[in-house]
Amino acid sequence: MSEIKKIEFNPATFEAMAEEVLREAKRKGASEAEVGIAFNKGFSVSAREGEVETVEYNQDKIVEIKVYFGKKSGSASISDLRDEAIKAAVEAACHIAKFTSEDPAAGLADKSELAYQFPHLDLSFPWSVTVEQAIELAIQCEREALAIDQRIISAEEASISTIEAWNLYANSNGFSGAFPYTRHDMSCVLVAKEDDEMQRDFSYTVASDPSLLKSVSLIAKEAAERTVRRLGARRLPTMKTPVIYMAEEARGLMGHFTAAISGGSLYRKASFLLEHLDKQIFPAFMHIQEQPYLSRALGSAPFDNDGVATRDNVFIEDGILKNYLLGVYSARKLGMKTTGNAGGAHNLIIRPGNKNLSELLKTMQKGLLITEMMGNGVNIVTGDYSRGVGGFWVENGEIQYPVHEITVAGKLQEMYKNIVEIGNDVDIRGNIRTGSILIEEMMVAGE
Amino acid sequence: MMTTEVLDIVRHDLLDPTGLTDNQLQKVLHQLAGPQIDYADLYFQSTYSESWVMEDSIIKSGSFDIDRGVGVRATSGEKTGFAYADDIVMPALLQAAEAARSIVKQGQDKSVQAWHQLPGHKLYLPIDPLHSLSEDDKVSLLQRVDAYIRQKDTRVVQVTVSLAGEYETILVMASDGHLGADVRPLVRFNVSLIVEQNGRRETGYAGGGGRFNYQYFLQDNLAFEYADEALRQALVNLDATEAPAGPMPVVLGPGWPGVLLHEAVGHGLEGDFNRKGISVYSGRKGEKVASSLCTIVDNGTLPDRRGSLNIDDEGTPTQNNVLIENGILKNYMMDKRNARLMGEKSTGNGRRESYAHLPIPRMTNTYMLAGQSDPQEIIASVKKGLYAVNFGGGQVDITSGKFVFSASEAYLIENGKIGAPVKGATLIGNGPDVLTKVSMVGNDLKLDSGVGICGKDGQSVPVGVGQPTLLVDELTVGGTRSQS
Repeated sequence: MSEIKKIEFNPATFEAMAEEVLREAKRKGASEAEVGIAFNKGFSVSAREGEVETVEYNQDKIVEIKVYFGKKSGSASISDLRDEAIKAAVEAACHIAKFTSEDPAAGLADKSELAYQFPHLDLSFPWSVTVEQAIELAIQCEREALAIDQRIISAEEASISTIEAWNLYANSNGFSGAFPYTRHDMSCVLVAKEDDEMQRDFSYTVASDPSLLKSVSLIAKEAAERTVRRLGARRLPTMKTPVIYMAEEARGLMGHFTAAISGGSLYRKASFLLEHLDKQIFPAFMHIQEQPYLSRALGSAPFDNDGVATRDNVFIEDGILKNYLLGVYSARKLGMKTTGNAGGAHNLIIRPGNKNLSELLKTMQKGLLITEMMGNGVNIVTGDYSRGVGGFWVENGEIQYPVHEITVAGKLQEMYKNIVEIGNDVDIRGNIRTGSILIEEMMVAGE
Repeated sequence: MMTTEVLDIVRHDLLDPTGLTDNQLQKVLHQLAGPQIDYADLYFQSTYSESWVMEDSIIKSGSFDIDRGVGVRATSGEKTGFAYADDIVMPALLQAAEAARSIVKQGQDKSVQAWHQLPGHKLYLPIDPLHSLSEDDKVSLLQRVDAYIRQKDTRVVQVTVSLAGEYETILVMASDGHLGADVRPLVRFNVSLIVEQNGRRETGYAGGGGRFNYQYFLQDNLAFEYADEALRQALVNLDATEAPAGPMPVVLGPGWPGVLLHEAVGHGLEGDFNRKGISVYSGRKGEKVASSLCTIVDNGTLPDRRGSLNIDDEGTPTQNNVLIENGILKNYMMDKRNARLMGEKSTGNGRRESYAHLPIPRMTNTYMLAGQSDPQEIIASVKKGLYAVNFGGGQVDITSGKFVFSASEAYLIENGKIGAPVKGATLIGNGPDVLTKVSMVGNDLKLDSGVGICGKDGQSVPVGVGQPTLLVDELTVGGTRSQS
């Protein structure tokens, strides 16, 4: 089996290209311009029934251009990096700027805010795995998972993927920055059957550094356990009950908080946390902070999408909202300063408590442990929340049986206030790092 | 028939600038195909898209995007090798072919069938919608809609109006001799707004579109009607009280609530899940999976619809596929690969987000055919329940059959009459179970306005849904208020 030829990974080429975009914009009369270039390459493989099922080679590149004529702007993007294509894209962006309106908030970050000196972060750890080796790993993962329990009837797939990428941003205020990062993952999706009931679940591991990936055997084991334990799922009666969001689902719950304090939601008056600065959002024991420089973390970045330095923002201190999440544009709209969050937060850390999940179950005694969420019934404008869930019914602090086909509902404002405790079982696979979250009471709809 | 005109446009867009000849492309396919390769194809695509956004009563942003490239695929039994390039040039193509082919050991070349065009449809015109209005007219339309709706009600505090268009050309060349070309216009107009009254804020959203040009939104002041509709929804929600929690009869309005069918039935009938035997509907062809009032189709052949295609992304003409007929499961939706592995034929449902993604079985326009009941009678038949007329999205677990869809406009039904509006809530059910509980089907079949996007395996494609008014005897409503 042959491997695809190595694509030239040369940030200097992209830097030159970015400079050319900025020069071309200037030639066309733009007063300011900015350009983002993202480039990645890698492959993914999947296995099923002891054989490779798919091998996909990826290589994506995109150039995003924004030009300003005073306070009027125009944007264009292109995947074709030939000179004439890039010139045409700049031309298109300039053409659009003739028809957009004067926007007082438009424009690049002030020079004083740009991260001309940014730290080097350890985010790029290419994986030496070959396609053949990745296929072997995926096949091994499936084989081990199927052997764990005879109720596992098949694997939807076991897959491995690896990506090496560069992000570059430059603007006409003299900022040009680029940084490489990598992302590798392995996942296993299984189907278990007992009598007429079929259930599906999965496990995965993802990291920037392949040495941080969980082992194939552990992923197989986790996937098998998670799938089999769902068999025998029942519904619950409609009732009010305490709820624990398991860490991986607690992440989504906290994601709604970041959406609500994002500048874009605030200046559009599209947030239930409008005008909540310095107000109590969470219980006093809660602290939420951003750590953009964490080594080998998937959310780290030395500068944001405006070229502004990222920083250790504190969003929640003693349960009180201390900062919004702002980029240059939304900050100007709100009459505030950017927090280096154009494009979002970088490693949002919910300070963990000191109990593991089983201790948290003991604290809850009786209630619902949520391990799966379905649908998107969340209204950030009002805070109204209603989603489908699956998980386990807990009594006497112990898991009793799996449950499904139920919903949980509430209002985010109240759910956040009614957080009782955060676990120490922090899931670090995403940009938001939190342990499991116990909420005092929610409405469950079922039978 | 696919007109030569379409093929000419596509060749002009995709191949002429690259200087690639049919001979060269035959050579690439020859290199791809071999003794152990069952099937190989090349998929050329070029997409020009634009969007214009009005917010805070100014034309805030405009963007123009170009994406073009070629996807190269080789399959052997259950194995698929895939690579793509965004440079449509011979070296990149050969390199991608080499990579795709690497899933099997090298063997002797074997001949590729001579290309022939399959009879496709002419469901929409091969036009570039981006140029169907001048820039000034695009901007003016946004401005007029914004001014109109702000003036109509002083409670409107935020308005976002957007206009987006796409001009896509595709060319499929396959080792089975299929040659397919399509020019796919797609436009969309959206209005979302926020109203505020006594400190309470609520949102409304409406929009539409399809495979035609921008003139569509000017006809009958359609763009202004979307704004009216968004405002109406937001004002209804200002009065909404807590939604009930628990199982109850649910009447679903016509049109977009057909997202029920997309989730409860559609995904579970896609060929890949059924080949793997992991769908709740696997192995159940010929069985009764819905009440006999239910006939559900996936129809890619409706003129001008957002979910329609003249040919799918593997060159197969789309079809009107009956999925469930009078409650009996009839057919799955197939792409070429899963059809071949299951000994069936492609149903024209092989779709991909772009050249950079592999085709998989996907829906087109999925809807339930009209029944006999008067919608008023359906509502009148319910003593106590929920009437849900607008929805956000949904999601399904095709293995367990559990699905959700989230209502954004709903009312209580009390003693056969529509009562007070209630807040949005997620409805949850089990696909095959819910459809057996459909006890009345209205005579008012309606398709959605052209806003659907379906995500699967990380790939998004435009789709349509529809249905007449339906009564489901029991669905679980995920509200916050206990039923006494």
